[in-house]
Amino acid sequence: MTQPKIAIFKLSSCAGCQLEVLNLEPYLLQLAGVLDISYFVMAKRDNAPGPYDIGFVEGAVTCGEEIAKLKRARKDCKVLVALGSCACYGGIPSMKNWEPQREVEKRVYEDLSAIESTKAFGIDQYVPVDAYLKGCPVSKEELVNFIKSTLLGMRPYLRPHSVCVECKLGENVCVFLSHREPCMGPVTTAGCGALCPARGKACDGCRGPANDPNPVSLAEAFKELGLHRPDIIRRFRKYAGATLEFEKGVEAL
Amino acid sequence: MTEKRIHVDYMARVEGEASLNVRVVDGEIKELVLDVFEPPRFFQGFLVGRSYEEVPEIVSRICGICPVSHQLAAIQAIEDAFGIEPSEQTKDLRRLLALSQWIQSHTLHVYFLAAPDFLGYESVLAMAEDYGPVVERALKLKRLGNDLTALIGGREVHPVTAVIKGFTSLPDEGELLAIRERLEEARKDAQATVTLAASLEVPDFERPCEHIAVRSSEEYAIYDGRVVSTEGLDIAAWDYRNHIRERHVPPAHALHSYVVGRGSFLVGPLARVNLNREQLSDNAKAALEKVRKAKGVEFPSFNPFHGAIARAVELVHAVDECIKIIDRLELVEEPISYQIKAGEGFAVTEAPRGLLYHSYRINDQGIIEEADIVSPTAHNVYNMEEDLRAFIPTVLDLPDDEATLKCETVIRNYDPCFSCSAHFLKMRIERE
Repeated sequence: MTQPKIAIFKLSSCAGCQLEVLNLEPYLLQLAGVLDISYFVMAKRDNAPGPYDIGFVEGAVTCGEEIAKLKRARKDCKVLVALGSCACYGGIPSMKNWEPQREVEKRVYEDLSAIESTKAFGIDQYVPVDAYLKGCPVSKEELVNFIKSTLLGMRPYLRPHSVCVECKLGENVCVFLSHREPCMGPVTTAGCGALCPARGKACDGCRGPANDPNPVSLAEAFKELGLHRPDIIRRFRKYAGATLEFEKGVEAL
Repeated sequence: MTEKRIHVDYMARVEGEASLNVRVVDGEIKELVLDVFEPPRFFQGFLVGRSYEEVPEIVSRICGICPVSHQLAAIQAIEDAFGIEPSEQTKDLRRLLALSQWIQSHTLHVYFLAAPDFLGYESVLAMAEDYGPVVERALKLKRLGNDLTALIGGREVHPVTAVIKGFTSLPDEGELLAIRERLEEARKDAQATVTLAASLEVPDFERPCEHIAVRSSEEYAIYDGRVVSTEGLDIAAWDYRNHIRERHVPPAHALHSYVVGRGSFLVGPLARVNLNREQLSDNAKAALEKVRKAKGVEFPSFNPFHGAIARAVELVHAVDECIKIIDRLELVEEPISYQIKAGEGFAVTEAPRGLLYHSYRINDQGIIEEADIVSPTAHNVYNMEEDLRAFIPTVLDLPDDEATLKCETVIRNYDPCFSCSAHFLKMRIERE
C-alpha cells in the first residue's frame, strides 16, 4: 500500500492544534511509518508540494492571502479537514467580528493604513470542507480515530451529541443544576470527555454547536440564573459566534 | 560589484510564520529584514469589553505551545488589580504547571526544532532511523511534561483549571506520586539532553548585548519576580512600560523592543542562566560544571548558540524542582472568594522562551478596558536581527544554501514563536 500523503497548513491560529499532532508521542513514529507527512512546516524543513491525500487546515481565515492559500490547499487535497475550532468556525479570533473592525484594530495599532484584516471565519466560508475536527484544541483521540478510519476507508466517528451526554456518562455533578454555573454543555459538541464540568468548571463551548441544539432555551435558562444580556452574548460569541446555532442564542435575548 | 542574497520565504521548524530577506553588496549588508507575516489576531483589541474571568482562557489561545505562561501572567495581573494574594498551595500548583510546560517546550525545541540542523537532518522524524534512542528519549520527556500539565491543568494545550485565586479542581494525589516516579526516572534523560546539547557543533560567535530575565528572591524565577538585566535594570512589573518600549525601524515591519536609553536585548533560557544560575538546582549546577569541563563553555555566555545548553540545563532544573514541589505539597481544598475592584494590574513571568509581560485596566464591573501584552518573541525580534547583522559576515564565503541554513539556525536557536509576536506587526508585509 502506498502511504497517503498528509499536509498540515496553518492560517490565523495559535499552532496548538498542530502541536497536538506532535503531542501524539506514543504514536508519532508509528504514524510517520504509515503516513507520508509531506507538508508540515512547523516540524519539517523539506516540505513537498501537492497533491496530497489529506490536508488538515488549522486556523481561521482573516486576510486575503489566507483565502488564496486555502483555495490552493483545497485544489491540492483530495480530503480537506478543518483542524480545530478556528478552522471550523473562526474560533477565538472571531471574537472581534461583532465590533467595527477599525475600532478593534485601533486599540492595537497606531497606523492602520497598512493593516488589511477581514472578519475571522471558518474555512467553509470559502471552500468545501470534508470533515470537521472540533475543539480548542482539537481532541487527540478524535484525531487519531479520524486518521485510522480514513486509512481503513471507514467513515470516521465524529460525535453529534452534546457535552451533557459525556458528562452524564462520567457521572459528574451537573455544574448548571447543582452549582448554578452558566454551562454551555447542553449546546456544545461532545468529544472532550466533558473536560471542564468534570473539573468543577462550566463548559465554555470551545467545541462549537452540537447537532440540533436548543440555544434559545439555554439563553433563557441563563437569564433565569440572573445573567445579564451582555454576559449571555459573550458566552455565545466566543469560539463559534459565527455559527447560525450560537447566533440563535444571541437573538433569543 | 558582487551581490549575494539570502532568502527564506517561510521559516521551517519554528512556531508561526516568518521570512528572512538579506541583501549583501560587496560584503556589506544593504538590507536585512526579518518579517513576521503571521496575520495579526488583535487579542489586545477584542479583550476590551470581555469579563476578567474569561481573560486567562482567551489569552491562552495566543500560543498553543506556551498557553500556561499566558494564563499565569494574566491571572497574576488580574490578581494584582484586585489586590488578591493567592495561597502558597496555589502558587506551588502554578509553579508545577509552568515547570511542566518548560519540560514540554524545551524538549520540543532541543530535539524537534533545533537539533536536526546540527545533526544534518530536515526533521526529527528523519532522525528517527539513525538516532532511535535519542528520539525515543525526546518523546518520553515531552510526554512527561504534557502529562504533568494535564494532571494539574486538565489538558496539555489550553489547560482549564487555573483561575483567579486558585484552581477549580485539585490533582489526584496518587497520580501526582506516580508522576513523581517518572520525574525521578527523567533525571537521567534530562542530563543526557545536556550532553546532547553540549555535543552540537555550534559557531564560535559572541555578541555581547543586554540580557533580561525575571529574578525572584525565593527561587530560580519562573512564576514571578522583578525584571533584572546584565546592564543593571532592576524593576517591578508595574514599572515595565517606563523602561521597555517598542519602535518602528524601517525597512523592518515588526516592531523593535528596546530598553529606554539603550537598545536591543535578549530574553530566554540563556538570559536566565546568565542572570540566575546561582539559584539552579544542584544537579543543574553540576550539569553546567560538566559542560564547562568538557567543552570549555562558561556562563555568563554571550554566544546566542549556547541557548541550547542553557535550555537543556533548565530541563534538569525543572525536573528537580517539580519533585521538590510535589514533595512539599499537602493538598487541601481551598475556597475561592474575592471582590472585584476597578484598577490596573501588572505581571511578568518566565515563559519557556523568556520574559512575558501582561497588564490590564479593569472597571468596577470586572470588564477589561485596556490590555497590554508583550511576548518573549516580541522582545527578541530586534535582537535576532542584530545577531544576524553580526553573524552574516562570517558566512559570506559559504555557498548560498549553506549560508541560508546557517542564518535560519540563528533564528531557530531563539525558539521563536511568531504567533505570539504577531500583534507586534506594524504594517502589511509585501511578499515576493
